[in-house]
Amino acid sequence: MDVATKQSLDFNTTTFGNERKDPQDLIPIANEIRRDIIRSLVRAGSGHSGGPLGSADIFAALYFGGVMRYNPQDMHWDGRDRFVLSAGHMAPVLYAALANAGCFPKEELGTLRKYNTRLQGHPGRDMHLPGIETSSGSLGQGISIAVGMAMSDKLVDGSDRRVFTLTGDGELQEGSVWEAAMAASHFGLDNFCWIIDNNDCQIDGRLPDVMNVYPIVDKCVAFGFDTIEVDGHDPADLMRGFDHFLGNQARGTGKPTAIVAKTYMGHGVSFMNDKFEWHGKPPSKDQAAEALNELAMMP
Amino acid sequence: MKTYELLGEKPTRFGFGEGLVALGERHSNVIVLGGDITGSVLTSMFKDKFPDRFFSIGIAEQNATTIAAGLALSGKIPFFASYGAFCALRNADQLRISVAYNEANVKIGGGHAGISVGPDGATHQVLEEVAFLRTLPNMTMLVPADFEEAKKATIAMGEMHGPAYIRFGRSPVPMFTTPDTPFEIGRALVLREGTDVALIACGAMVWESMKAADELAKKGIQARVINSPSIKPFDFATVTAAARDCGAIVTAEEHQVHGGLGGAVAECTAKNAPVPIEFVGVKDSFGGSGEPEELMEKFGLTWKEIYASALVAMDRRDKGSSSVRAIKDVPQYQ
Ligand SMILES: Cc1ncc(C[n+]2csc(CCOP(=O)(O)OP(=O)(O)O)c2C)c(N)n1
Repeated sequence: MDVATKQSLDFNTTTFGNERKDPQDLIPIANEIRRDIIRSLVRAGSGHSGGPLGSADIFAALYFGGVMRYNPQDMHWDGRDRFVLSAGHMAPVLYAALANAGCFPKEELGTLRKYNTRLQGHPGRDMHLPGIETSSGSLGQGISIAVGMAMSDKLVDGSDRRVFTLTGDGELQEGSVWEAAMAASHFGLDNFCWIIDNNDCQIDGRLPDVMNVYPIVDKCVAFGFDTIEVDGHDPADLMRGFDHFLGNQARGTGKPTAIVAKTYMGHGVSFMNDKFEWHGKPPSKDQAAEALNELAMMP
Repeated sequence: MKTYELLGEKPTRFGFGEGLVALGERHSNVIVLGGDITGSVLTSMFKDKFPDRFFSIGIAEQNATTIAAGLALSGKIPFFASYGAFCALRNADQLRISVAYNEANVKIGGGHAGISVGPDGATHQVLEEVAFLRTLPNMTMLVPADFEEAKKATIAMGEMHGPAYIRFGRSPVPMFTTPDTPFEIGRALVLREGTDVALIACGAMVWESMKAADELAKKGIQARVINSPSIKPFDFATVTAAARDCGAIVTAEEHQVHGGLGGAVAECTAKNAPVPIEFVGVKDSFGGSGEPEELMEKFGLTWKEIYASALVAMDRRDKGSSSVRAIKDVPQYQ
């Protein structure tokens, strides 16, 4: 893609495959996801910038690094691995990842949050957007749904399907998150991978100022998770985390995996980087242009 | 009779924020608990003014509700506010047992009420909490119609003893009451006199009812418009009088048609003065993303729906006992 295409506010038709790749090759995909997040949010005129931009590298690894098995032409395929976005407000990054995988036309990203759209402000299962496994948006529920799915796969069906879920770190303040964690390890769900987007930001401020949830890694360990901390902006480190999970499942360790991904809110757009104020607002037109200019300089 | 006119627009949540500050100034035992969206539900105003009496509980609505019960049982007047989806329904059990059954002096502010929330979509557009809270013994449930009323209601709930909930919205809504307009918990207010049909509404639908009444007047129909911000305790006398005087009622609310204000009116009139009622509200569906005005139109929450429903209710009244619908004509949504 040339720089002009990358700067454009319009959606292009480029899609990416999910074959295993050199982690460095995930970088341009993450940046295209970031650009699509900016493009969709500026059109929407409302919505969440910070979490989605900050977790773009996680989604690039998950959907394009050969970690999750899915068929973009048939997101109902029985053998697919499932992903649950527990932090439902981060929908823009999930939509952008799915569109870049070819699950639906990228142009549709331009309908985000609009009347009658399949791209609801928070994922709505009633809209039947390919790749949306469940409605979410009430924090602390998605992870339990994911545990239920993993129980169904492993304990009832005896299948090797995997279930991934992503929670925010502020979301960890919901007690139900820990009820889900307790159950995942109680049931020995080694087919269950919990990704925590640890950007240390939430709406009212930094985590320790709003309600301290640290130490996160120790908590996950105490709840019986094989817990691994990764740099959430380093594709190689992210792949190390996911490979660790896949290894756990292959070996049948009987332990769920938690990947604590250290990220920065708004990463990739310097005026948003690490600023909790960007949790829940979209860029203005000028800010979007500035963000796209900056992102165009990246791979 | 006093007439009401449009004085501008402002979200009711700002009335809640200002009411909290007023309470903080008057009462040193008013405490506010935050749930990480303090800027959105305006508890931030209290936090800025009284930082020592503000505690951030994080994203933990069940815990915040029960912590509030503990504070109340220790002589404090705790307010906790979040979006209604999370501070009326996520914590329903806590409200029922720790708050209502305990008669704990806990006050809840529930924002993002109704579909006028807009683009956030169904998950955040709470449409069911009035029905739930209305069934809790000891609970007071208030749905103010505009900014000024929200402020008065907040102060009133802080100064009464017992569990109370106030419902407010995100988007700007018409202002038409003033600091002098009466407000009392348990009382409905007649905003416009008439004996042809009664329009009983709460929240953002009150001004829509006033608009509907204007349109009906053009056809020579005089509608009585009643603002009923106090869903519980409910003003049975005013509603019963309206049923007797008008013989036909329309209820209007930004809530499911089941169990909210319409339910309260139906229970009251079925017992005291049965008359035909038409219910304007969300008809057994979830909301969705979009701009507030588009959604209000889509879900039939405008004066037009109230106007049309008034004609139906009057027609049913005028047909007398033949207003009893044939089974095949019974609407899917009551
Ligand atoms: C049960 C519930 N309570 C409150 C909210 C409102 N809310 C949406 S996002 C958010 C903050 C989430 O913080 P975090 O998980 O750290 O996500 P990030 O800020 O990193 O995007 C809150 C409080 C919600 N969606 N659900």
